[in-house]
Amino acid sequence: MSVLPLSQDQLRAQFGPHLNLAPPGGWLSDPTPDKIVETHCCFCGQQCGIKLKVKDNKVIGFDPWEAFPFNQGKLCPKGVKRYLQGNHPDRLTRAMKRTEHGFEPMDWNEAMDRTAAEIQRIQAAHGKDAFAVLSGVSLTNEKSYLAGKFARLGLQTKNLDYNGRLCMVSAGAGNKKAFGVDRAANSWADIELADVIWVAGSNVAECSPITTDYIWRARDRGALLIVVDPRITPLARTADLVLPLKPGTDSALTNGILHLLHRWNLIDWDFVNEHTSGFEQTLEAVKDCTPEWTSRITGLPVDAIEKAARMWGEARTSFLLHARGIEHQTKGVDNVLGCINMVLATGRIGRPGCGYATITGQGNGQGGREHGHKCDQLPGNRDISNPEHRKYICSVWGCTDEELPGVGQSAQEIMNAIHAGEIKGLLLLCFNPLVSLPDTQFTREALSKLEFFVCLDFFLSESAQHADIVLPSALHEEDEGTSTSAEGRVIKINKAVDCPGDARPDWQIMVELAHRLGRGKYFDHFQKPEDIFNELRVASKGGTADYAGISYAKIEQQMGVFWPCPTDDHPGTPRLFEGGRFFHPDGKARFNPTPYRPPAEVVDDEFPIWLTTGRVVFHYLSGTQTRRIGFLVEQCPHPYLEIHPRLAERYGLQEGDAVEITSRRGAMVLPARVVKSIRPDTVFIPYHWAGALSANRLTGRHLDPVSKIPEFKVSAVRLRKTTKDQFSPELAELQRMAFEARSNQTDMPEQVF
Amino acid sequence: MVPQDYGFFIDPQRCIGCRSCVGACAECGTHRGRSMIHLDEIDRYNSPQTVPTVCMHCEDPICAQVCPSDAIKRSEDGVVHAAQKPRCIGCQNCELSCPFGVPIVFSGLEQMLKCDLCYDRTSVGHKPMCATVCPSQALLFVRKDEVAGMRKNKPLRDFLIGAVRVKTKNAIMVPDPETPLHLDAALLIDDSMFPSGGL
Repeated sequence: MSVLPLSQDQLRAQFGPHLNLAPPGGWLSDPTPDKIVETHCCFCGQQCGIKLKVKDNKVIGFDPWEAFPFNQGKLCPKGVKRYLQGNHPDRLTRAMKRTEHGFEPMDWNEAMDRTAAEIQRIQAAHGKDAFAVLSGVSLTNEKSYLAGKFARLGLQTKNLDYNGRLCMVSAGAGNKKAFGVDRAANSWADIELADVIWVAGSNVAECSPITTDYIWRARDRGALLIVVDPRITPLARTADLVLPLKPGTDSALTNGILHLLHRWNLIDWDFVNEHTSGFEQTLEAVKDCTPEWTSRITGLPVDAIEKAARMWGEARTSFLLHARGIEHQTKGVDNVLGCINMVLATGRIGRPGCGYATITGQGNGQGGREHGHKCDQLPGNRDISNPEHRKYICSVWGCTDEELPGVGQSAQEIMNAIHAGEIKGLLLLCFNPLVSLPDTQFTREALSKLEFFVCLDFFLSESAQHADIVLPSALHEEDEGTSTSAEGRVIKINKAVDCPGDARPDWQIMVELAHRLGRGKYFDHFQKPEDIFNELRVASKGGTADYAGISYAKIEQQMGVFWPCPTDDHPGTPRLFEGGRFFHPDGKARFNPTPYRPPAEVVDDEFPIWLTTGRVVFHYLSGTQTRRIGFLVEQCPHPYLEIHPRLAERYGLQEGDAVEITSRRGAMVLPARVVKSIRPDTVFIPYHWAGALSANRLTGRHLDPVSKIPEFKVSAVRLRKTTKDQFSPELAELQRMAFEARSNQTDMPEQVF
Repeated sequence: MVPQDYGFFIDPQRCIGCRSCVGACAECGTHRGRSMIHLDEIDRYNSPQTVPTVCMHCEDPICAQVCPSDAIKRSEDGVVHAAQKPRCIGCQNCELSCPFGVPIVFSGLEQMLKCDLCYDRTSVGHKPMCATVCPSQALLFVRKDEVAGMRKNKPLRDFLIGAVRVKTKNAIMVPDPETPLHLDAALLIDDSMFPSGGL
């Protein structure tokens, strides 16, 4: 039973989160590096170039990498302070087992033997699929590819999925339906050339900060900016048009816009007729989506809807960007398709300044979703249920069709099956479901039911605390490999330092474990990441995500290569769909009708307020890394409840007051942050924290039927003013830590200037 | 020397409040954990607006005028430097008098420190660290004659603060007064959704 061996306080004392406040040796140590390594930031899908300064096998700081074309030296605060995740007091350096006294270090071989034995025991007793793998896309392409192969051929389980299920899957599914391929249609260079930029459900300034400058460079040329979001985010503040719609109503808005584009004949009929199909049915589906109807559903004024349609429809060039705001819904795929319908109807894609993209969120959210890391997918973005696709991958892997499992369950479904007792064992890597999955209490119950749980991580995440065996893995800067940015640019992660202690790269652990499971013939040839990449190239060949012509050397030469890149002499493809050629067999893009349906949970008398959740600029995903970096915690130590003054007044709430937020899943108490920048019927909580401070205590396990993404962006809650003594001890502890970080900055000992 | 024809063009309209500048400033090999940049939320209740403040490098710096120990020097290239350690007595006159609120006398150090335009970087052809990393380029560091072609907002270097006229090397970018500004979500939604007495 994977229950916690110690109290939270004891675990925190031993494993953190503690704060790393200063570089190795402190601020007064010699800042001259032995070497400088050009690599990339680990915190988000933009994958900014960065130089890490290394001294004595430790990363001691950073330098901007101004020559890297995407960010040209620009970095958000996570990038600036990313180096402080290294040389960290919380770092795991030994394999550990859970005993009744807590976690105890153990011999590496013993840990691997026990893990292999437990996997074999569970699979013998309950079947191969009773052991699941949940992985993550902060991993490189090499590790993501290997995780897919390891689960299918090493463990022989169909139940592998990944935390991109909580991120980009709605966009991926929508893109495949509409375009036949899942990638940003353009490199970001086309954003600068657009005359109108439509941003739907993306807090660009905080979640993809470098993209802010691309949008501003377009605006410097006179481009108009339209932002659709229930909150006035930092970028929206100065936009030309802001549409703060009701959470969960995005497809109503896109349907309403398409209705007006048609009514006003702002359709590119030549493009539609020549390069698309399905427009008639899609128009039929929006015939009743008048501005008045759209206004009723979205809560936006009719004139704002009309103005948006006019601005979008009359543009000469345009770029539509969206992100989790529209994708984290039970109609996430529909919302994506609604946006694509707007793009296709105006024919503005596949040309300079005419583009479309989802802003991928996770570090390798793009590459990690292409090469067999998903429960229904094989490398090259192939389909695991397609006989031709299976045949090709079997030929690459040298296995038979019988050996290759079929479609498994998605991430939340795997957790549901663990809770139901159907899945008994779990290997977890690069994933912290106790923070990132919805309905935290349910996830905690599920993890405590596992017969055997092994976790690979570099810090003891809240989920890892439930593991029977913890294997220390590598930080981003401790291994090499490739990742693929939000633009579809394959880039090279370079190793800066060695792993400490017994820690080792996840790929080595998977290879070693497969060997112990008697499946070494499929894995033993991987001696270094490039070996895995070279197999990935072959496995992706002929798929939509074709990496066959990409090599480590070519990536370094070209500062990244945009896939598809099918041959060695191919330069890569920054802009897709040129000449109106799409990836479906007939070369045409598909319109898809998206008849409006409400969110899975709607407000009522008992739970009258909408809750939406999201990120802040100072933290990354479940916070396993960023909650350990002093500067970032100092800026944003804990979550809070954003609430409009009109709503706050109704509950007698003022800035900083304690407010209890309750949903059908659970409750939490947070300080109120009273701001006019959010709809008065909606509240917002950032989600990066655990335990009593986890926003996902409140969110529900409602999934999009196609993408299986949970509806993080829409829940119904009720509020109650309470007293500050109801704040959790965790909140007070985080405030203390933030104070400590601040004091460290201003009260340092005298030094020579 | 910092090239004289270059300068900061600080554009609060673009600022996203990410504090990358604050974090990066502290990473400098000479600052060693201390940031010389201020990043302020102006009035979060009413607006997400944030503003970065770096030294404006005044032509006739008030901080230097009020310094009793003559510790603050302006070099020929127009850069106003941190207080000289042997002279500075940590009296905080500079901190109190600066119209932009730039200098900081760090406790424990008893010396005024401030932005020196990243002398180590700008004197060898780099941009200051904050301007290099700034994701939105609210902190723009370019040649003065490039700005008009890059930005619509207009640079301002001549300020009347109370009765004092201050001319600066660095510029604040001023937007067109007609620029739209969205601050209250309640004013952007359909009012009929929230009848009086409701939200």
